[in-house]
Amino acid sequence: MVLMILSVVTDAQTAEAPADIMRSNGKIYVVVAVVVTILLGLFIYLFSLDRKITKIEKATNPDREMRL
Amino acid sequence: MIRKYWWKILCFVLLVYTCSYGFLVEVPSPPGVPLQQTIRNLFFHVAMWMAMMVCFSVSVVYAIKFLHKSNPVDDIRSTEFARAGTVMGVLGLVTGMIWANYQWGKAWTGDAKLNGAAIAVLTYFAYFVLKGSFNDEEKRARIGAVFNIFAFLMLFPSIWIMPRLVESLHPGGQGSEGNPALNPKDTTNAMRSVMYPAFIGWTLLSVWISTLFVRIRIIQQNKLYNE
Repeated sequence: MVLMILSVVTDAQTAEAPADIMRSNGKIYVVVAVVVTILLGLFIYLFSLDRKITKIEKATNPDREMRL
Repeated sequence: MIRKYWWKILCFVLLVYTCSYGFLVEVPSPPGVPLQQTIRNLFFHVAMWMAMMVCFSVSVVYAIKFLHKSNPVDDIRSTEFARAGTVMGVLGLVTGMIWANYQWGKAWTGDAKLNGAAIAVLTYFAYFVLKGSFNDEEKRARIGAVFNIFAFLMLFPSIWIMPRLVESLHPGGQGSEGNPALNPKDTTNAMRSVMYPAFIGWTLLSVWISTLFVRIRIIQQNKLYNE
């Protein structure tokens, strides 16, 4: 999305700045929604990885005090 | 601490804020200045370098600790933080090339800071190659830690000192005042309200990923020793 916007940069001096076009017609929020969705997916993955590792740690060291 | 969740949730909140408000915040785009909207890359490209520096700093601290006390866990921490730092460095280089391609005309301009950053990241690649070349674990850890210190010290002349001494496409450089990476005149208070959370958020993310690497390696080592 950003690259699409940037490819118009050469015209930006005389025409309206491309990102302002996206903002003025409300479509910048589409970009935001896409990026936040990607972030959400990545974080869900990270959290589940974290919990999986915690489970394995508890399984392999049941008695030992969990230190850093 | 590494199993606590509060700072991971903080990381998530900061990054969601960065990736949403970062596109919406007003940025100064005076006519005639070529940067325009791409200054938003401050929240992404520059943040990668900040995260990298933090990871490499943590890595070298653990390297020195390992050389001092020979606790194998310190060596694991040192290696894995260096690993995450290298990933952030590579991301910084790639995002920089994307930005440069459209901003400066080509992906690699032979700019002092680009070459310096490439040298810095390559030095850490060499660190991993060096580590992999040893069969003896004790030697691997020890010599790796020494090289880690060297690689960290190399960061400063390559990325921070040399680019200030020569003409540079990056802001700053010979003849200009100020910081070759963060020129205060380029950022408004509104931008800074996204920039600092962005730096912290991406740094926390790289630290989180490092701690996951560390924990997996410790589990692997324990499995090896129990067999």
